[in-house]
Amino acid sequence: MPVPRGAVATPQVVEPPIGPRVRIEPRDGAAGPRDRIAEPHHRFAPPPPGDPPLTAVDATTALPTADASARRRVILASVEAVLVPIAAVAVAVGLFSVFLVALGKSPQTFFELLWRGGFGTAFSWQNTLTRTAPLIFTALAVALPARLGLMIIGGEGALVIGGFAAAVVALPFLGVAPAWVILPVMFVAAALAGATWIGFVGALRHARAVNETISSLLMFYIAVAILNFFVEGALRSPADPNKPSTTPIGSENMIGVIPGLEVHWGLAFGVVLAIAAHVLMTRTTFGFAARVTGGNVRAARAQGLPVGRLMIAACALAGAAAGIAGFFEVAAILGKANASLVAGYGFTGILVSFLARHNPIAIPPVAVLFGGLAAAGGLIQRRMGLPDATVQVLQGLIFLTILLSETVYGRIPFLKPEGRR
Amino acid sequence: MSETGGRAIGVETVGMTKIFGSLVALEDVSIRVRPGTLHALLGENGAGKSTLVKCMMGFYQPTRGEMLVDGQEAAIRNPREASDAKLGMVYQHFTLVPSLTAAENLVVSRPDCPAVIDWAHEILALEDFMARMPFRVPLATPVANLSAGEKQKLEILKQLYLDRRFVVLDEPTSVLTPDEADEMLSLLKGMTQRGELTILMITHKFREVTAYADEVSILRRGRLVGGGLVGEMTTDEMARAMIGDTAIRERAARLEHGQTSVVLDLSAVYASDDDGLPAVTSVDLKVHAGEIVGIAGVSGNGQSELIEVLSGQRDLDDGRILVRGQGFEPVRDQMDRLKVFSLQEEPLRNSAVPRMTVAENIALRTFDKPPITSLGWWLSPGPMRKKARELIDRYRVKTPSTEEPMENLSGGNVQRAVLARELSGDVDVLIVANPCFGLDFASVSEIRTQILEQRNRGAAVLLVSEDLDEILELADRVAVMSGGRITLQAPIGATDRTAIGHAMAGGH
Repeated sequence: MPVPRGAVATPQVVEPPIGPRVRIEPRDGAAGPRDRIAEPHHRFAPPPPGDPPLTAVDATTALPTADASARRRVILASVEAVLVPIAAVAVAVGLFSVFLVALGKSPQTFFELLWRGGFGTAFSWQNTLTRTAPLIFTALAVALPARLGLMIIGGEGALVIGGFAAAVVALPFLGVAPAWVILPVMFVAAALAGATWIGFVGALRHARAVNETISSLLMFYIAVAILNFFVEGALRSPADPNKPSTTPIGSENMIGVIPGLEVHWGLAFGVVLAIAAHVLMTRTTFGFAARVTGGNVRAARAQGLPVGRLMIAACALAGAAAGIAGFFEVAAILGKANASLVAGYGFTGILVSFLARHNPIAIPPVAVLFGGLAAAGGLIQRRMGLPDATVQVLQGLIFLTILLSETVYGRIPFLKPEGRR
Repeated sequence: MSETGGRAIGVETVGMTKIFGSLVALEDVSIRVRPGTLHALLGENGAGKSTLVKCMMGFYQPTRGEMLVDGQEAAIRNPREASDAKLGMVYQHFTLVPSLTAAENLVVSRPDCPAVIDWAHEILALEDFMARMPFRVPLATPVANLSAGEKQKLEILKQLYLDRRFVVLDEPTSVLTPDEADEMLSLLKGMTQRGELTILMITHKFREVTAYADEVSILRRGRLVGGGLVGEMTTDEMARAMIGDTAIRERAARLEHGQTSVVLDLSAVYASDDDGLPAVTSVDLKVHAGEIVGIAGVSGNGQSELIEVLSGQRDLDDGRILVRGQGFEPVRDQMDRLKVFSLQEEPLRNSAVPRMTVAENIALRTFDKPPITSLGWWLSPGPMRKKARELIDRYRVKTPSTEEPMENLSGGNVQRAVLARELSGDVDVLIVANPCFGLDFASVSEIRTQILEQRNRGAAVLLVSEDLDEILELADRVAVMSGGRITLQAPIGATDRTAIGHAMAGGH
């Protein structure tokens, strides 16, 4: 028995005027958020040129302009890709200013302090860049699965588990092996733990169709519970009576700073990893297969691609990136695993990835921006008498406007390549 | 509610023109549908038929031109105004709510449907209404349990219930078996002859036009290129007007193969649909080398699930698929080794990635092999583009460049790019589903020729099509699917339309 394809009488059910059926999609927003997240580029879908034999416009008129219009379209699309996020941030700043005024504070002072605390001095730069490093990793943890159409928001869980694993695996080596043995072991343990953590989320999605967004978030709570269970129990170090922590790895085993920058090596490694992720997605068979899967999973299946394995692999890579963030937090900042690992970097990373449109290359600069925001929090707290969380309100507003801005792509009149109805 | 008899209204368009951006979809079309007639609107896909009726129904505002309803100039600015003018449309795909009964569907479709419905009263009124209709459907059955023919009848009854006097039918027979189609069209013809209704029917089947329509208007590339009384035109004249002077590629001759070996062998294949209900039940089918086996059937009888199983988009519940005697699982290395290729319907949904470039889409089969890939993982765009350029030329894909996103190409060119990818290699097994859906004559002819050429080269071809004519033209053997089973299998010469039609309806 035929399956009725359109359940309710709407004009969209009707065959579009010319050309393929797809044309309906971009206009009525039928392409769901999933699609938009998966492949943010080339979103700018103009009407198909129209197969010359099918339409009143003849080949002679349609084709010679095609090249120029294609170039024009690419330029407009890039302009749009830059303008829209900037406008979204501006709107968020506007809304936040209203919030400050309502609190009886001066928005001008706030943004001056934000600048001073984040980027104004060498010291604030150092503070900012220190916070940038974990954000690069956690943003990559969002961006890689997003290219396959998976929305992983539990990077924080993998960071926590990665940091915990790094601190624990170091314990038997302390005082026995040199730093150049301990650090690589910690690194591998953190990456593996993170990869297993989020890889499991991918496996659940593949095997049991469990929503990866929800499960990764719930896994975050489990990660925190595991950390607390051990840090407050079996692995609690007597050295730290106030804050339950694992035994410190000792300053001789900590990662040093980049010479001349006073920022630990995590930053450099993060930039390298972002570039590597870009190369992975654009220039390897894995990246190609991942993009096919993210772009059209039915086509990927029809090509016999191992969709499930690709999803699990992308999730595992994402988890490894977040786990590495945990490694650097432990090996360069904290020196031990404790509740300070749960600092929200995993969640801010979601924001960074969205603002960077899941483009690995764009992630480091955007991460600097948010690193600055976080770095300025203390100064703002001291000078304006505002709670530390105020900066998070701004972050939340930016996230909201960025998500909302996803809907305006392709709808800005002066950025449309040609008069679409 | 409607009273029938002598109420049909005529509709006329004068110089109707619709321009989308740089595209002239409709140019100066004036047609006149006289009251109480069945008027056929013929044209290829993209000829402007849908644009024309959407302008008439108020979904689009024409750029120029006007409409006369019953001789009076009428501005139809939106579908509500069309409804007020007693104009209605039945879409190609059903727009009924499947979980509601026929009676509920009718009542809720009324614009003046009250917030609290007095069902006892409404049912009485509906029974009274049904009694006056030339055909009936059970009022108390959920629509999901009605047959396709009954649903189509209900769609038309809905128009009458809403007191529409002029109804556009968009390819009303596309979801019906040949028998159901004939029954439906005779009933409609009767209604127009009695003056109860005027019908404008979009179609591309000449048989329906000559057998049932009074008048015909033919569109090509947005213009009215012919028309008149059906009795005064031959099918040839209609076809010429429809196609124009577009060069149609000569169909390849059918090579006769002798006895050949079985290449694709399906044995007791079972599969479920998206809801987990059985969709394909115990399908046994053998396809020999150099043979096209055509699977006919009304859409939704398990054909798409079968194709999905064969192409790896759906799990096989039970049964076996053998290619040249070896078990076949649709994963990449087996597809490559056993040379299994597929051309699926709706390529942008099934076989292409809309937002990736044409070059990348053409490389979907080969991206992980040299020369595109070296060391087994490093991808080089250079060879990819080179290969794409070669195939774009050979298969005449119209695209501004290899770097254009696939979604910007027209339907015919997307299908051609997919064809280039799937057919440019050495093909042993070809799985094809509705390859010509929505394409113009020239593309259709080219694609069918390519399929025949693969057959002549010795490929085993499994062709699923909702278009019976396509199967009769291409297949060596026909199999009919109904309710998930194969209800008929016969060499093409040993069967005919009637037998196939009965098998489609589930008869054995």
